[in-house]
Amino acid sequence: MTIEELEQIAKSVCQENEKYDYEVNVCMDLACMSQGADRLRDALVKAAEASGKQVLVRRTGCMGPCSSGPLVRVDPEELLYHHVNDGHAEAIVNSLGASPVPDLQCDLNDHFDRQVRVVLENAGHIDPEKIDDYISRDGYKALLTALTEMTPSGVIHRITESGLRGRGGGGYPTGLKWGTVAKAGGDVKYVVCNGDEGDPGAFMDRSVMEGDPHRVLEGMAIAAYAVGASKGFIYVRAEYPVAVARLTTALRDARRRGLLGNSICNTPFNFDVEIRLGAGAFVCGEETALLASIEGRRGAPKTRPPYPAVSGLWGKPTLLNNVETYANIAPIVRNGGKWFANMGSERSKGTKVFALTGKITNTGLVEVPMGIKLREIIEVIGGGVPGGHTLKAVQTGGPSGGCIPAEMLDLGVSYDALMAVGSIMGSGGMIVMDDTSCMVNVAKFFVEFCKTESCGKCIPCRAGTAQMHTLLTRICEGKGTMEDLELLMSLCETIKETSLCGLGMTAPNPVLSTIKYFRNEYIEHIVHKRCPAGVCNINVPVADSKEVLA
Amino acid sequence: MLAFTPPPLPSDDKRWKIVNGTMRKNGFARHALIETLHTVQSAFGYLDDDSIRFVARSLRVPLSQAYGVVTFYHYFSLKPPGKHTITVCAGTACYIKGADKLVATAEKRLGIPQGQTTADGEISLMTARCVGACSRAPVALCDGEVMGEVSSEQMLEQLERWAVE
Repeated sequence: MTIEELEQIAKSVCQENEKYDYEVNVCMDLACMSQGADRLRDALVKAAEASGKQVLVRRTGCMGPCSSGPLVRVDPEELLYHHVNDGHAEAIVNSLGASPVPDLQCDLNDHFDRQVRVVLENAGHIDPEKIDDYISRDGYKALLTALTEMTPSGVIHRITESGLRGRGGGGYPTGLKWGTVAKAGGDVKYVVCNGDEGDPGAFMDRSVMEGDPHRVLEGMAIAAYAVGASKGFIYVRAEYPVAVARLTTALRDARRRGLLGNSICNTPFNFDVEIRLGAGAFVCGEETALLASIEGRRGAPKTRPPYPAVSGLWGKPTLLNNVETYANIAPIVRNGGKWFANMGSERSKGTKVFALTGKITNTGLVEVPMGIKLREIIEVIGGGVPGGHTLKAVQTGGPSGGCIPAEMLDLGVSYDALMAVGSIMGSGGMIVMDDTSCMVNVAKFFVEFCKTESCGKCIPCRAGTAQMHTLLTRICEGKGTMEDLELLMSLCETIKETSLCGLGMTAPNPVLSTIKYFRNEYIEHIVHKRCPAGVCNINVPVADSKEVLA
Repeated sequence: MLAFTPPPLPSDDKRWKIVNGTMRKNGFARHALIETLHTVQSAFGYLDDDSIRFVARSLRVPLSQAYGVVTFYHYFSLKPPGKHTITVCAGTACYIKGADKLVATAEKRLGIPQGQTTADGEISLMTARCVGACSRAPVALCDGEVMGEVSSEQMLEQLERWAVE
């Protein structure tokens, strides 16, 4: 495969598409599928055949606003239809070339206008199971350009220049990590993609792997060229069977096209990828635990250093990045590091994909430039809190993150700003909570999660999360005391300081952030034996409040 | 060193050939343990003593280590699943949208706690950490099929449909 051949494929796809007068794109992501998108697609194909019109019905990845699904976009007019079901198929096909179906049209301009699509640029536009669709949108061009026109250090320089930071949550500078692996000695190195999206409430990585799998493979191949690796692994959650299937297809097609395998693009560069299934362990999102799992062992983390960049998979230098990080690579190589660095804020460059869920009107995937105000994401893109309720908090970073109170909505979203308020960027879950959520109960929910998911290797995490859970349960049941609250806070500090890996070190975040911003709710539970949100079931008589506070 | 001969298949059940296939594809390497256990579970529905012993011997992994891996990962099950399985997602978005009520409703209707199967072996009630359909929370999977924005009534209807089968 050469760049000329790639362009030839792109051209033939365009010629093929020109045969059709209309393109009807159906979102077949999990959320739309759960509302019958597969039946809808079949109905559209049938209606298109019956009409005699030249219509291409295409299955695509996630279009974004899942709460309006099933979604259909008609091109070239770019008409977006929402809440479509198979009964609407005929009306949609009949409307082609005439006026749009009025009842189905949706106005989501505010939702889309503030977004900048880099990682999701292809989602909703290509069939994820067709490699040629990806190639027609500049796919694999970055890989071949890198192989034929750039040196490995040139690639690393470009990534460093872009200012890209790891999208898995930690925010470590990607270029720096690549440089470390490139400098590490030895002939055998590995490139690993972390697709173990363990944060419950986040699904960006699933959508990228399902909607645009080749983009991840291309990013990994470029990384392998840059650091000098010839073997890669994608570690995917077993709970994502569609992602596994799409990646398997993508790998097969990329090998057939000579974009993976030996002597790629007639250069000495060899690279192939294997898929490894996770088996349901949150701790495997931690890098050393993930590598242990690929080696077929229990996912118990190891102390660092040595970092995987020096000694990772089977003791070899290993580059480990998240799905979204790899998905950013191809556009950076194509458009240059400066282009990427022009987006975002001072120390957080580019865009970030968030999974917007919870008590918000427009749930779904959004991609925004770093530094955007939280208020814009919630009120404009998300359409605010529905049902006349008021916003209470926004949770980012999942079980490792914190709750940001409604008063802090003017915060610009970046790695450092979120860290400063006691949360983290995390992988990109953003869960909106309204006045019906009890923050003490939310903290208990996350601690229970961490307690279950603790691997048990180090005591602060194994025993500490269990003790945190006991204290929080007591408070939620109205049996807590002010001493319990003090104890809880000091326990949090201990666990944070002394745990072995990220799971334990960040497990207290949801507790500390809710105590910091919603202390009054804790006091209500402890002193007045009352849950302001009406979530916790408290059947304890109120003692003399002076006595409790004393 | 003597060449290693993998143990014979436990029975002439054809599914063992599929399991063996996964191990052969990976050259009977020890790191194929989790991959192989996945194959066993998808072929047999769960992992029993015989299968864990067979896989451990085939891959030359100590039985204790194989058992340790099986019990470490939530995805692996040591009990056979019911004829039907309802899985309620317990992710954060689903929790915020009231998934705990769905679990309580199902527990009451089936008379079993989560993670168990009814005595007649008909229905298993499971919870999942997150299935990634958070934008349609709360979510339940009925025999693997995703139901979004599911209400207690819808879930009970599904359980009734299974009950009359």
